[in-house]
Amino acid sequence: MLQCNIPIKKKDAALQHPIINPKTQKKVDYLDQLEAEAIYILREVAGQFERPALLFSGGKDSICLVHLALKAFRPGKFPFPLVHVDTGHNFPEAIEYRDNLARELEEKLIVRYVADTIKEKNLQDGKGKFPSRNGLQTYTLLDVINEFEFDACIGGARRDEEKARAKERIFSVRDEFGQWDPKKQRPELWNIYNGKIDQGENVRVFPISNWTELDVWNYIKREKIQLPSIYFTHERECIKTEHGQWMNFNEFVQVEPTDKIEKVKVRYRTVGDMTCTAAVESEAHTVDDIIAELKDTKISERGATRMDDRVSEAAMEDRKKGGYF
Amino acid sequence: MELLRFFTAGNVDDGKSTLIGRLLYDSKSISTDILETLTKQSKSTGVDADIDLALLTDGLRAEREQGITIDVAYKYFTTDKRKFIIADTPGHVQYTRNMFTGASNTDLAIVLVDARHGITEQTRRHSIISNIVGIQHVLVCINKMDLVNYDEEVYNKIKEDYTHFAESLNLKKVSFIPTSALTGDNVVNHSDNLKWYHGPSLFEFLETVEIEQDFKTQEARFQVQYVIRPQTEELHDYRGYSGTILSGSFKKGDKIAVHPVDLTTTIEKIEKFGQEVDEAHAGEPVIIHVSDNIDISRGTTFVPVNDSLQTEKTFEAIVCWMDNKSFQPGQKLLLQQNSFRSKAVIKEIDNKINIYNFRSEPSDGTLHLNDFCKVTIKTAETLSFDEYANNRKTGSFILINENTNNTVAAGVIA
Repeated sequence: MLQCNIPIKKKDAALQHPIINPKTQKKVDYLDQLEAEAIYILREVAGQFERPALLFSGGKDSICLVHLALKAFRPGKFPFPLVHVDTGHNFPEAIEYRDNLARELEEKLIVRYVADTIKEKNLQDGKGKFPSRNGLQTYTLLDVINEFEFDACIGGARRDEEKARAKERIFSVRDEFGQWDPKKQRPELWNIYNGKIDQGENVRVFPISNWTELDVWNYIKREKIQLPSIYFTHERECIKTEHGQWMNFNEFVQVEPTDKIEKVKVRYRTVGDMTCTAAVESEAHTVDDIIAELKDTKISERGATRMDDRVSEAAMEDRKKGGYF
Repeated sequence: MELLRFFTAGNVDDGKSTLIGRLLYDSKSISTDILETLTKQSKSTGVDADIDLALLTDGLRAEREQGITIDVAYKYFTTDKRKFIIADTPGHVQYTRNMFTGASNTDLAIVLVDARHGITEQTRRHSIISNIVGIQHVLVCINKMDLVNYDEEVYNKIKEDYTHFAESLNLKKVSFIPTSALTGDNVVNHSDNLKWYHGPSLFEFLETVEIEQDFKTQEARFQVQYVIRPQTEELHDYRGYSGTILSGSFKKGDKIAVHPVDLTTTIEKIEKFGQEVDEAHAGEPVIIHVSDNIDISRGTTFVPVNDSLQTEKTFEAIVCWMDNKSFQPGQKLLLQQNSFRSKAVIKEIDNKINIYNFRSEPSDGTLHLNDFCKVTIKTAETLSFDEYANNRKTGSFILINENTNNTVAAGVIA
């Protein structure tokens, strides 16, 4: 517990201010700098907005965000709830992790279901062999933003993931339809973040914009952050796609007669939907194994695992313009 | 491992994106799937080289279509020694604001010079902007050496010209490297074509260049971002001021002045991530507790007592106008400095800075997109600041249009 009333030694008050000798000062590690930047951004959100939210997916990036929020706000409560848009295609391990985390931290968790949105709005569910709800989750996201009148949504997107993301601001203003307009972005200078918006607009905030996949893993290692088990190697029944990716065999997949269901040793590099996230063959049991594996890999994170970016060269840019994260 | 943030300035024609592409490609920071996509795209754009490396950084559809960089793009690569964050900024004059933006939080500028053309208006403009934004170290890459037969004379002449020009600026350090981004000469690997050059390759330079971090040794500055008050039963009286140490360091027991209320108190406790610490240094996120119950809220600044911090409602600054719409006299603005915000007006436009020769010129009474002007600003609340040359954290601000909410200008207090 924290002690608040420490007696002050009056005679210490006149202490001279120390000047650090540049020769002896210890060099700050890059992870400390990335961490400090993210915490600064989280506190700016708390200071600038009335009703912020943290979008939590159960993936490693949003888990890091929660860890950073603990560092930014404890012993206080988070100044925002955790919000999860549940597509119904999530990995059960990620859902279990989400619920345990919210319970242990005693923080508020809001879950909204894409299945409900489909019913309410009479939408067409994802079709095809691997029916994706990736596009549909934008509807649920915009609905939950409206329902709670969130003025800022914190997300774990990183600029190294994708080239449209590389262009997005840390404070990214969205209009009342949630749309991103890459041509009208506010200049973002120094560490000064302008979160001023009109009623109905919201800001998407990306505190770990400047982290790479490897940075995230190095941070997880340093901070000993626990993750859902699917990030580590396990045996899984999979189907190989035409692009050679391993897709989890599950109730949503339309299995064709020519498909071979194989048991493969895999892990997930990203945790999205079961229907649009591919597994990678891996023997990595520990965070150290994963870091070693990543240093050797020649394929990018999204390239290895995401089916949704393959559609076109500007797939992400277009989805963002439509209100996606 | 250290972090180095740098930005690149130059036109597509100077091979800027190609240079970055080359850095990423030759340092093996590009994944094979991205390379595959690029190869496909390069074929469709009809560029001669096998892979058009510039396509790596131009992430928006409009940029790929027009073959120019419009916005700042951030790229990352890591070596055994450093993590690098590159702000790739457009070179065209109409994107000056984007360049200023990209430069604002970096430590090093790479200015590209086309060996065939030498120092141009653009080189001067990029260097002057680097100067205003307070970049300590400028690296001049004399590029396209392959097109001048790798001639040492050409390199020396440009080096001499630039050195002469830089004397009029306050750039602390300037370095030169001859390269060819297209062929890869001297980018990562040393080149047989440039045997007369004995310095480091660009890559070696980036890995070893010393970056002075003045903010660590400057006077102590802290600004409150958010007040933490758990208001639970066991933490009923807890009131902690969260924020990041902007410069210098603070110790438990330090007597501090609190601005703008202008009261003094003592640091009772410093917490970092739930642990009490005796001392906290520049760049560290902390929670500070003080011994007196005084009016402290978001935007309040802490400094040691008897400090040189300035507290004024009227001050002079150089601003870069960033809005498409020109400044209108009497326009209602908000000034934001870190977490401090106040209503503000531009009282007077003193003069305009010519960004090609750094001279002052008479102003036409307004501010247009990409203009740099010396102005007098008046704020409603007292601003606590240092001159930008002395402290980048407390000497910089943005101006927000109260009506559109857009960031319309960036300023450095001069």
